[in-house]
Parts: sequence; C-alpha cells; structure tokens
Amino acid sequence: MAESPGAPPARTGTSEQQLRRRRRAWSYLALTGLAAFFLFPLVFMFISSLKPDGQLLSDIGSWRAFLPVGDISLDNYSAVFGRVPVGRFLLNSLLVTAAVVVLGLVVNSMAGFALSRLRWRGRGLVTGIVVATLIVPFETIAVPLVYWVAHLPIVFFQDGVPVWDIGWLDSYQVQIIPFVANAFSIFLFRQYFSTIPVSIDEAARIDGAGWFTIYRRIAVPLSGPAFATVAVLTFLPAWNQYLWPAMVVQDEKLRPVMVGMQYFFQDNPAWGEVMAYTSMITLPVLVVFLAFQRAFVSSVAASGVKG
Amino acid sequence: MWTHSAGNPGELAVHKKIIDDFNGSQSTYKVVQQNFPQGSYNDAVTTAAAARKLPCLLDVDGPAMPNWAWSGYLKPLGLPRSLTDSLLPTAVGRYKGKVYSAGYWDAALAVFARKSVLVKNNIRIPTAERPWSLAEFDAAVVRLKDSGYRTPLDLGAADKGEWWSYAYSPMLQSAGGDEIDRNGMKTAEGALNGPEAVAFFTWFQKAFTNGWATSNGPVGNQKFIDDKVALSYTGVWNAKDALEKVGPDLLILPPVDFGNGPKTGGGSWQWGISAGCGKTQSEGARAYLTFSFQDKYLTRFADNQVVIPATAGATAASKYFGPDGKLRPFAVLSQKFAVPRPATPAYPVISARFEKAAKDIMNGAGVKPALDAAVKAIDSDIKANKGYAH
Repeated sequence: MAESPGAPPARTGTSEQQLRRRRRAWSYLALTGLAAFFLFPLVFMFISSLKPDGQLLSDIGSWRAFLPVGDISLDNYSAVFGRVPVGRFLLNSLLVTAAVVVLGLVVNSMAGFALSRLRWRGRGLVTGIVVATLIVPFETIAVPLVYWVAHLPIVFFQDGVPVWDIGWLDSYQVQIIPFVANAFSIFLFRQYFSTIPVSIDEAARIDGAGWFTIYRRIAVPLSGPAFATVAVLTFLPAWNQYLWPAMVVQDEKLRPVMVGMQYFFQDNPAWGEVMAYTSMITLPVLVVFLAFQRAFVSSVAASGVKG
Repeated sequence: MWTHSAGNPGELAVHKKIIDDFNGSQSTYKVVQQNFPQGSYNDAVTTAAAARKLPCLLDVDGPAMPNWAWSGYLKPLGLPRSLTDSLLPTAVGRYKGKVYSAGYWDAALAVFARKSVLVKNNIRIPTAERPWSLAEFDAAVVRLKDSGYRTPLDLGAADKGEWWSYAYSPMLQSAGGDEIDRNGMKTAEGALNGPEAVAFFTWFQKAFTNGWATSNGPVGNQKFIDDKVALSYTGVWNAKDALEKVGPDLLILPPVDFGNGPKTGGGSWQWGISAGCGKTQSEGARAYLTFSFQDKYLTRFADNQVVIPATAGATAASKYFGPDGKLRPFAVLSQKFAVPRPATPAYPVISARFEKAAKDIMNGAGVKPALDAAVKAIDSDIKANKGYAH
C-alpha cells in the first residue's frame, strides 16, 4: 500500500503511541508504588523474623527495618517451635477452617437458594430476620453461647463404646458448628442466585427436575464466583478466630493458631518470634487468596459486595 | 490445675517438676496441668466460671483476686497459717480477713542506671536508706538531658493495661495519694484527686512536656540497653538481660521518694482454689500447694524466672537474690517498700480508670479534671455494686 502524501498523520500515530506508552509507564509506576506500599507490612514482617529482638527494635524508624541486614538468622523460627506447638496449632486451624468453609458453603448456599428461588409464605420476613442478625456483634452473644454449648449433649466413643456426656467445651465441634450458618453468606448467595434467570428453573421443572436437582445441577454450577467469594470471606474470620477459642478451648492440643499468638506476649514480647510465627501463619491465608483471587474479584465486581 | 504460663518454658519446667514430684510422692491425688497464654487467661477463667467448669487449682493475678473471690470463683485457701506467714506479705492475697491466694514469688520495680553515667555527671548514687528526693531526681534528669540524652528517662509509658497502675500508683502513694481511700475502700475521693495526687500528676505531666520521658516504644528495657536513655524505671523481669548487656556498670536503684518514702508495686501471680471444688479435691489441692511451697521449688522458680522468692529461705538460696546475688537490691526493695494494690473487688475498674486518667494527663489533659473523672467513675462503680458488700 502506498503511503499517503500526508506524512503528518503517521507522525500523529507515532506520537499517540508514544503518549499511550508513556501513560502506561506512569500507570505501571503508580501501581508498582501502590503494590510496594501494600507489601511493606509483609516485607517488614518477614525481614524482622530474621533478626534478634534488640536489632529489630533498633532498626525500626529507618529503612534498615525493610532490609535483611545485620545479624540475620533463622533462630526466631527455631525458637517458635520451642515455645509453641506450631504444627499442632496449624493443623487445628486448617481442620476447623476447612470444616467451617465446606459446611458453610453447603448450608448457606442451600439457605440462600431457598430464600431466592423457592416460593413460600414468610420468605421475605425470614430474609429480613437473617439480614437483621448482621447488626448483632458476636461479642454480645459470646458468653450466653458459652453457657449454652457447655450444656449441649455429646456422644463420643471410648474404647469402642459410645459414651453419652454433656458439654461441648474443649472440642473441635464447638469451634466449627456455631460458625457454619452465616447471615452474610446466606444473603450473598441469595443475591447471586437471584441473578440466574427463572426461566432456567422452569425449563428444568418441565423436564421433571426437583428443587434439589435444580440447586445442585443448575444453581451451583452457575455460581462459581459466589462460592469462591463466600469461601474466602468465610476462610478469613475462621482462620483469625481468637476470642471464641480462647473462651471455649482449654486443651492445648485443640487450640488454633491465633490463640497461639498470645504465647509470645510475656512480660516483654519476643518480637522476633512474633514475626516468625506470623510469617508462618500468614502463608496459608496468602495461598488461599492467591488461589481464589480471580473468582473473588469477579464476584465482588458482579455482586457489588465485599467483606 | 490451670496456669497462665503457656509460652513460658521457664515457668512450665518448674511446674512440671513440682507436679511430677507431687504425683510421685503419693497415690491419693493426681495433679494435671493445663496452661493458657497470659493474654487470654482471664477470659478463659471468667467464661469457665460462667459455665461452672473451673478446675480446682488455678493461678490468679494478685490484684484481680478480690474480684474473683467476690464473684464467687474462689474460696479461702485454708493453708496452714505457718505456711502463709512465712511468705512475703505481698505474696499473700487477703480479702475480708481471709487468705484466698498465695504465691511463690513477687516482683518489684527499680530505677536502672549506669554507674559511669552518674559519676560522669556528678550525680549522687542513691541507696535504699537514702533514696533520691524528688528535687534531687529532677536535678539529675535535667543534668542528664543537658549531657546529651534526648529523653533521659524511660518511665515505661509505651506499655499499657495493668502496668500503669502497677508502675505509677506506688509513685502516687509515695507522694501521699492513693488509688482509693483504703479505709473501707468505699471511695476514691480525696485519695486519687486530693492535693497530693494533683501535685504528683502535675509532675508526671511535666516529665513528658519537658521532654524528660516519652510515650514512644518499645515496651521493655531496650532503650536503656541501647544507652538511648540514662535512667529506666522498670521491673525485676528486665534485670537479667540488663545485667548481661551492661555488666558491672549496671546500678539497680530504689524508686524516687516523692515525699512519703519510696514505694514499689507488690502482689503478683498467686494460687487459688475454686469455690466449686469438692471437699476431697480441695484437700488434694491444699496438699499439692503445701507440697509445692518448699524452699527448693521457690528458689528454682525464682532463678528460672528471675523474680523475687517469697520466703526468706528461698531468697537466701537464690543465686540472683541471695546475700551475694547481683539482683539482691530487688529483694531488699520488695521487703522494705512494697505496697500491695488495693484489695477490693473494684480493683479492675480502679486500674482501668487510673490508666485512662494517667494517659490523659500524659497527653496534656487538665490534671484535676482528669482525676475527678476517674474518681467519679470509680465511685459510681462501687455504688452500682452496692459497695461490693456481699
């Protein structure tokens, strides 16, 4: 193709490209700065976990706090294992969190589905009540809840024989069951299910599908982002549980990671060990977020809600 | 048995040794230990009390004991009087004339300094017999600031919670005030907001506005170790580290005399028996406690944790607090100047209000209004609980 006699348009195209490139460079620079800003606490935490307490405290207030300089070692990590049964705590937290997330996804999605798709008397009122419970802080019901769970019946096996007892304190189920049903998750599922056209339900009903089949075969497969969002939003508070396990778990073998944090706060906090411990227990949270981040962002964008 | 010692290997090792020895010495009782981290211990106890799931034996922070006794969590210890009389007075918790708790040890506060720094600045080294007067102390701080220390004094104001009452109420008592009128413990009026208290807190505020001290961190004794401050008002728990880092140049000095003699805090973690503990189990708990209060265990506990042993025998045998021990001054200060915090169920409120008032004053609030507000809140709490009479 012959170039038109007007060379200026070509120059305009080039300068536009340059302008676009420059803008992109600036935006990358700004985003890099923003990313660095958000990464600072994590970098500080990890770098500090490698320093002895005296140096850690002396470095605060200068850039040295973010640099692996001075007396660097893994001593804090080995000290953590000497002070806290960290493996056991991590296992407990993983178990409790996984149970709360998985059971929560099943129970809350079903509840959300019932409130969104099923036609029944009082549906609006129940939805209103569920949403209203969001304003009740957990701390206000914690003590009555302790009293209640302390008097719930339980059956366990001792030497293969079922034993009937009273009281859920000091158990895994006391850390899991009260947090399975979650008003915010139910509301989020309800909102998401409401975006699925009703005509799909009707077609499925004509084909003979029951409500559970519609939930399992249609609603669930179409709601991946909602499930991912609820999984992340349930995972974080479950992983970060402190008050409740501090109140109801007396046996060290059943404690989760956040209660373990208090092990380091004696008369003088062992800051290097605190940083090593937090580095270890933050890792699973980062992995979960990175694994779900695309679905999480897409659901937040679609539903307009965030935690 | 519940302890607040999770995460504290030194304490746990001694508890384990005592329990193993006790369980091995007889077959009637068996002590089983459960440990909680200190930060969540009180929550765990109050929750378990609400659910009626407290163990027989539990440790309790000295000043919190009257509230737990009043709340019905604890019952009188019932230990032999010869045993409780052998302990430091501040290691025994009394409420309404009865012993509810007793501990292996006590802590004390002192002023850390470097001998070389005081000598270089021509500042007199005080003794327990002749402590610094307030005027002397002020002059020393001014001289140290002039010598190049940006903030010459670390009062520990970066800390929070119970530290405020534990650390600064002895200063207030030395000045002639108190957290509450100890005659009946029914009001803080006059004690916490009287002229002596106002004078003390005016000085306290001046220490920060003059730049003698700061509320910036870190918590602990690191600023003194790094020689960023010349004087550090801190506790026995920081002494071993200071001794290792500063060496023979370290001075452990008595608290300042604000007019009524130096005072230091007293009353630390002690043992109690829960009110719901049955007769046989209570006997077992008492048998365990009696067994555990042997001098050899108290010495081991004190030397592991670097705290002051509660008996004269254990103190004499301690490598740190014995006659030739390098931390001996703490034992002397504790014996001579320790004042227990008010033994009243209102203490948690008193402590919280004292902290708020002192922090407000440190941050520039009017001294008298801040103290009046604290008094009003404390008196309201006492009134709301009908004087904690029952």
